[in-house]
Amino acid sequence: MKKSKADPKGVLTGSHFMDGDYALAEGALAAGCRFFGGYPITPSTETAERFSERIPVVGGVFIQMEDELGSIASLIGAAWGGLKAMTVTSGPGFSLMQENIGLACMLETPLVIANVQRGGPSTGLPTLTSQQDMMQARWGSHGDYEIIALSPDSPQECFDMTIKAFNLSELFRVPVFVMTDECVGHMHEKVVIPPAEEIEIVERKWYKGPKDKYLPYKCDSDGIPFMVKTGQGYRFHITGLTHDERGYPLLNAECQKINVQHLIDKIKNNADKIIEMEEEQIDGAEVIVLSYGITSRVAFRAVQQARKEGIKTGTIRLITVWPFPEKKIEELAKKVKAIVVPEINAGQVFLEVDRCSRNKCKVVSVPHLGGWVHNPDDIFKAIKEAVK
Amino acid sequence: MTEKKQPQRNPVERILRMDRMPHIWCPGCGIGTVVTSFAEALRKEETDLDNIVVVSGIGCTGRVAGYMKLDSFHTTHGRAIPFATGLKLANPKTKIVVFSGDGDIAGIGGNHLIHAARRNMDMLVILVNNFNYAMTGGQVAATTPIDANASTAPFGNFEYPFNLPHLVASAGGTYIARWTALHLRRVTKSIQEALHRRGFSFIEVITPCTTLYARRNRLGDGLNLLKYYYDNSEIQHNADTKDLDITYQGKLIVGKFVDKEKPTFLDAMNQHLSKVLGDKYTPYGEVK
Amino acid sequence: MTEIRFSGYGGQGIIRCALIGGKALSIYGGKFSTMNQSFGPEARGGACSSQLIVSDERVLYPYITRPDILVSMSQEAYEKYQNELKDNGLLITDTDLVKPKTERKNITHYSVPATRFAEELGNRIIANLVMMGFFTAVTKITTPDVMKKALPGLVPDRFLDLNKKAFDKGYEYGLEVLKEKTQ
Ligand SMILES: Cc1ncc(C[n+]2csc(CCOP(=O)(O)OP(=O)(O)O)c2C)c(N)n1
Ligand code: SF4
Ligand SMILES: [Mg+2]
Repeated sequence: MKKSKADPKGVLTGSHFMDGDYALAEGALAAGCRFFGGYPITPSTETAERFSERIPVVGGVFIQMEDELGSIASLIGAAWGGLKAMTVTSGPGFSLMQENIGLACMLETPLVIANVQRGGPSTGLPTLTSQQDMMQARWGSHGDYEIIALSPDSPQECFDMTIKAFNLSELFRVPVFVMTDECVGHMHEKVVIPPAEEIEIVERKWYKGPKDKYLPYKCDSDGIPFMVKTGQGYRFHITGLTHDERGYPLLNAECQKINVQHLIDKIKNNADKIIEMEEEQIDGAEVIVLSYGITSRVAFRAVQQARKEGIKTGTIRLITVWPFPEKKIEELAKKVKAIVVPEINAGQVFLEVDRCSRNKCKVVSVPHLGGWVHNPDDIFKAIKEAVK
Repeated sequence: MTEKKQPQRNPVERILRMDRMPHIWCPGCGIGTVVTSFAEALRKEETDLDNIVVVSGIGCTGRVAGYMKLDSFHTTHGRAIPFATGLKLANPKTKIVVFSGDGDIAGIGGNHLIHAARRNMDMLVILVNNFNYAMTGGQVAATTPIDANASTAPFGNFEYPFNLPHLVASAGGTYIARWTALHLRRVTKSIQEALHRRGFSFIEVITPCTTLYARRNRLGDGLNLLKYYYDNSEIQHNADTKDLDITYQGKLIVGKFVDKEKPTFLDAMNQHLSKVLGDKYTPYGEVK
Repeated sequence: MTEIRFSGYGGQGIIRCALIGGKALSIYGGKFSTMNQSFGPEARGGACSSQLIVSDERVLYPYITRPDILVSMSQEAYEKYQNELKDNGLLITDTDLVKPKTERKNITHYSVPATRFAEELGNRIIANLVMMGFFTAVTKITTPDVMKKALPGLVPDRFLDLNKKAFDKGYEYGLEVLKEKTQ
């Protein structure tokens, strides 16, 4: 892995009072993103607007595409043209992107998509929050594949996690999703942008060997193939069909197994390195509240109340939602009475927690169908009920 | 360079991935002939092959990218043009050629086609029009002439087809030509010309799909179709694009219809932002 | 923790009030602050509102539940929000634009003719800055200098001085009002 410092041109060092949407754009620019292709959609539009204003003076290109099908396609192209690329969207646009998210996975293309989630299905609640696309982020495209998804809980984390998203996407050559939501996207808080030299950037894994020896999908010792960009004489071929190391289509079960298994393994086998979470008062807890994004802030009120009433309550905040911390949950489930999972959807990550707990503890979903954050009382009641 | 010292090899061989031959196309299929014209154009122009990028969508024609010994991308159905847009904008020095089918570019990808033309995005689109969705078995397409039979129009097609040169001209394309698989030298020449144009160039090539379109419509083999092109095509350079409708087994007006200059997307972006932002703006990429 | 709602009608700079307050307090005032505005159907039509939460610790729950302070610059907004004001809360209104119907007994009410002052200064568009000055004086939430530091970037450069003047006007009036109360 080659690391470097951020290019100061893209880094707006200082303290800002900024919303999450703007912070996504600033994080991307700090991470070295120089291509944005997108299509306006509430509540993510402010990110596109920010890019359109900032990217010309930073030395990149902004293009408002004709739709989200085009946005994601342009991103994959831009990545193979040599740039770091990002788009931002919300539910309906995320749905339109799904086919080419699969292409990005298949081509092992680093890129970042932020989804500022709003209530669905369909047009749903354009201006109001939800966390209803978490499973879509994991499974939205067809076929078997793995992606990485992060969940920021504040504008500051929108900035930090977008940088992290770019770094992970370069490291594993995979699309990375920043799964934020309307509440965080539209919320203004202090965002501290450090000096460029304090921001660590993962460089693309460029191939440097002889031109005629380049094999686009031959894995290096770390399991990740080298990348090249267009126009340099490699004359390489890339296809969304099942392919061999040369990037040539090979349509049979054997090649499919190698190709797809690789897409899965490069994430699964590195899950421990990728997964990040915040834990609090886990030791000796009888109940754990597991949440992510804005809901973890809301849940904390309920947690404080529960602790006041003497319930030993621990918390886990997922920073990485995908890949899922399977082992961690399995371990925890053996030690606690219950895991309570509030989220602004009908119970999506709950399903994962439930699966990983292997019936060793109670797993309680605290759903909210979107439009607002939870009432902390509802979470508190669930905690109380769970330890009965 | 070194490559020029191998006159004994078929000159297009250095442009094709010979390690992927034989190709998948049927005998008598017209796609391969368009590829030959493309390779020939690159050879004649002594184009720096390292700088050419081919992008295809999905379909029989979509397989073209896979056979070109160039930087080449086989993408998803309909999305070759936006993919190419990203490639071009990220690496403006490259010359982008989108090579795909009528269904891919004008059907499922039609929105991208008109928008890339509107922006005058600098790329050459070669559209192989075989009047149907061949790869999936000969379904009706946005280009199928009225009355022609297709697997999903078993009683004949009754939908109005696109007049593609007119569509692209209206949207803003700056180089527009149409030929048939009979006019290979013309196709080559058009590609040669278009390679030198900056802006959105569009070449439609009408080709035989022997296995599906021709068989289902009992039009005979490849030769019969070439004969049809021979008997019915008429070269009318600069014809008004609105007069270019295609009817079933009717007249085919071919030629170069549009050839003009206009700032490309990047030209316009650089000119505009330089004007508005002044010294704060450094023109992006390679400006002329 | 202090929960504040700024309210009025569109075009009065209600959102800006919360942005100025939030920026000032979190960046220059050593506090944590979270600012939100209404999006969605609620944001259309007459009443406009923005929310600000100020705290010595990180703000967790992102929305106000019952404001400690309600600033209302229109009758409609006042009527819409006055019920949610906490007991012992502080109500701040534009003297000329809001006529409180039944004075709630358990709240403190201050008012400032912000729009009139702004007009006297030459432009009613800066009424929100008069209000922010007044707000700063009567709430003592931070110093006027801290508030004014937040203005660059949030008001047009060429109107910076005028905005500061409006702020000072409101602030001074606020001090006077306070003095009268204590006498
Ligand atoms: C999203 C999607 N829908 C449908 C298909 C199936 N499909 C593959 S090729 C094709 C039609 C191709 O037609 P055309 O572009 O005219 O190419 P041709 O095979 O005729 O050369 C279709 C519908 C697909 N691959 N992806
Ligand atoms: S099906 Fe038609 S278009 Fe496809 S290869 Fe055969 S002849 Fe060509
Ligand atoms: Mg076709």
